[in-house]
Amino acid sequence: MTDDAAPTTLDKLPLRSGGAIVGIDWDRLSERDARRLRELGVDEGVPVEKLHKGPFGVDPIACRIGRMTVALRSAQAAAIAVGPLKSK
Amino acid sequence: MNPTPLVALAGNPNAGKSALFNALTGARQKVGNYPGVTVERKSGRMSLADGRPVELLDLPGTYSLQPSSPDEAVTHDVLLGKQEGERLPSALLVVIDATNLDNHLRFALQLIALGLPTVVALNMVDMAERDGLTIDAAKLSAELGVPVIPTVAVRRRGIEELKTAIGMLSASGGAVRVDADHPALHEDIVELQRRARAIAVTATTEENFKRRWTHRADAVALHPILGPILLATILFVMFQAVFAWSAAPVDMIDGAFIDLQDAVTAAMPDGFLRSLIVEGLIAGVGAVIVFLPQILILFLFILLLEASGYMVRAAFIMDHLMARVGLSGRAFIPLLSSFACAIPGIMATRTIDDPKDRLTTILIAPLMTCSARLPVYAVIIGAFIPARDVGPGIGLQGLVLFGLYIAGIAGAMLAAYVLRRTVTKGPPPGFMMEMPRYQMPILRDIALGLWQRALIFLKRAGTIIAFTTVVLWLLVSFPKPPADYDLPSIDYSVAGRIANGLEPVFRPIGFNRDMALALIPAMAAREVAVSALATVYAVDAADETVQEKSLVERLRGRWSLPTALAFLAWFVFAPQCISTIAVVRRETNGWKWTGFMLAYLFTLAYVAAGATYWTAVALGL
Repeated sequence: MTDDAAPTTLDKLPLRSGGAIVGIDWDRLSERDARRLRELGVDEGVPVEKLHKGPFGVDPIACRIGRMTVALRSAQAAAIAVGPLKSK
Repeated sequence: MNPTPLVALAGNPNAGKSALFNALTGARQKVGNYPGVTVERKSGRMSLADGRPVELLDLPGTYSLQPSSPDEAVTHDVLLGKQEGERLPSALLVVIDATNLDNHLRFALQLIALGLPTVVALNMVDMAERDGLTIDAAKLSAELGVPVIPTVAVRRRGIEELKTAIGMLSASGGAVRVDADHPALHEDIVELQRRARAIAVTATTEENFKRRWTHRADAVALHPILGPILLATILFVMFQAVFAWSAAPVDMIDGAFIDLQDAVTAAMPDGFLRSLIVEGLIAGVGAVIVFLPQILILFLFILLLEASGYMVRAAFIMDHLMARVGLSGRAFIPLLSSFACAIPGIMATRTIDDPKDRLTTILIAPLMTCSARLPVYAVIIGAFIPARDVGPGIGLQGLVLFGLYIAGIAGAMLAAYVLRRTVTKGPPPGFMMEMPRYQMPILRDIALGLWQRALIFLKRAGTIIAFTTVVLWLLVSFPKPPADYDLPSIDYSVAGRIANGLEPVFRPIGFNRDMALALIPAMAAREVAVSALATVYAVDAADETVQEKSLVERLRGRWSLPTALAFLAWFVFAPQCISTIAVVRRETNGWKWTGFMLAYLFTLAYVAAGATYWTAVALGL
C-alpha cells in the first residue's frame, strides 16, 4: 500500500493505492446510501485501498475498507475523502 | 410442560451463519415463510450436550437492527417479539467473523445490548489465522460480557463447546421481551462502530493482515478483460452442463418410467383405471420427473457460485451493464437465482434497498429462464433440433438452449430499460456491496441445499403436477365419442372442445389445438405443458395403429418447425406459474403490479411467438 500525500477522494484515487479516510461528505449522499456506507464500516481514520475497477468504464470500483472489500460506484466514492495513512 | 426453548441465530451476512446453522442442526431443518412477508423462516432442532432439545431459528443476515429492508424488519421484529407467527426467543446466538471483527462486532454489540442471554460464536478462527490475525477469545469475552466460543463451522470445530454454552444459557430462564424504545435499538452506528474497533484492537493479539488467496483470485475475477470472459465462460459451461451431464441419468429415469408403465400394463386388466394410471399418471408425472437431473445440475452451479463467494464478483462485473438499463449489479444476484426458479429469485430481491430498483427486478425476474422451462425447452429442442456438433464440444442443441436463455435475458433488459423510464421511474440506484472472501464450498452444505430443492421439486411432481395431469387426462378422455365419430376422439372430449374454442386466439401465432390445450394446465406450472402434451398424445395415440413410444417422436410427427419455434418463443416470455404470480402479489402488496406484470409478459409472449412463427415460415423452415 502506498500512501498518497495529497488528500483526494476515493473515486479519484489511482488503482492499488490507498490511505486513510479523512472525511465523509454525508450531505452528498442519500440517506440510504449514507446508512449503507456506515454499515460497511466507512468512518474517519479507517484505512482504504482502491483495488479494482469495473470492466466497462469507471463504475463500479472495489475498495478495501478496513478489513472488508466493498464494491461501490464513483458517485458514492466521491463523498469519501482520502488522506495519508497515519502511522499508529 | 415447557415448550422447547427457542434460540435465535443472528449475525452479519458472510459470517458463516448458514454453515454454523447446518453444523448445529444437521439435516433436521424446516424451511418456511413468515406470514405476509417473503423472508424465509429457517429453523431446526438441535440437541444439547445433555440431550435437551432446542429449536434454533436462523434469522436473516443483516448489518444492523434498523428495520429498513424486509430482512432487517424480520430480525428486528423477532427479537422484539413482534413478529407474527413467531414466539419470543429465550436466548441469542450471535455469529461473528473472526477475520472481520471491526464490522461484525458492531452488530454483535447492538445485539448483546438487547439484554437477552447471549453466546457469541467467534467463527472462522482458522481463516483469521491464515489471514495473520490472532484473537484472544477470553479477552473478547471479558470485553463483551458474554461467553465467546471460537468455532470453525465448516470443519465442525467448537460445535460441542457452543452447545454446552447455549445449554448453560437457556437453563437460566424463559423468554425476555425487549422494548421498542430499548436504547440498543437507537444507538448511533458510528458510535457503535468506534467501540467495536476499540474492542477488536484489544482482543487481537497479533496482526499481520493479508488475504492472499482472495486477492489473487480477484486479480482474475475482477480483471477488466479476464473478468467478463470468466463470467461468460462459467455461464456457458453451466448451460452446456445442464444438457451434457444429464443425458445418462435422464435416459435412466425415462427407462424406469417406461418399465413401470409396461409392468402396470401387464399387471392390470385393460380398462379405465389402467389407462388412467398408465397414460395419465405415469406418463404425465414421468414426463416431468425426467428433468430432475437437469434442474439439480443448474441448482448445483447456483449453489456453488453463491457458496464460493463468486456471485458478488459476478454482480460487480455486471453492474455497469445493469446500470445502463437502470438497475444495479445487486439485481444480478436475484436474476441469476431466477434461472433456477423465479420464486427464490424474487425473494432474494429483498436485499435490494431501493424500492424502484427492487420492483423493476421483481417485474423482470420471471423472464429469466427458470428450471421449470427446461422440460419444455428440452422436449421441443430434443424433437426438432438435430443433435449435431457445430464446433468442438459445442452441440447445436446446447447452442439453441443458450440462445433461449439469451432471449430471456435480452427481453428482461429491454423490459427493465422501458420500465425504468416509464412506470418505475426514479433516481438511479446506488451499488454498494460487501465482497466476501472466497471460500471452498462445503460439500455437505451444497448437498443439503440440493436435497432440499429435489424434495420441493418431487413434492410438486407428486401433488400439483400429478393432480393437474389426472384432471387433464379425464378432460381429454371424456366424454367418449360415438362409434361413428370420424375425427380423433380428443376433439369430442371436454378439453378438446375448450381448446377448439381457444384455438382461434392462438392460430395467428402458429399454435395448434394441442398446444392451446397444453397451455391451460401449464398455468399451474410450466413443466405441466410437457406432461399435458404427453397425456394428450398418449390418449390420441390410442387411435393409431402405429404406437410411437416417446413424446419426442410423437411431436416430430405432428408439429412443423415454425410451430415448435413459436412454442419455444412463447415460453421464453409467458408468466405461466401460479406460484410466481402469488409471490409477486405478496411482494408488491397487491394486484396492481402483479396484474401489470401478467399483462406485459403475456403480450410479449404473444408478439414474440407470432414474430418467430411468421419469420420461420417466411424463411421456409
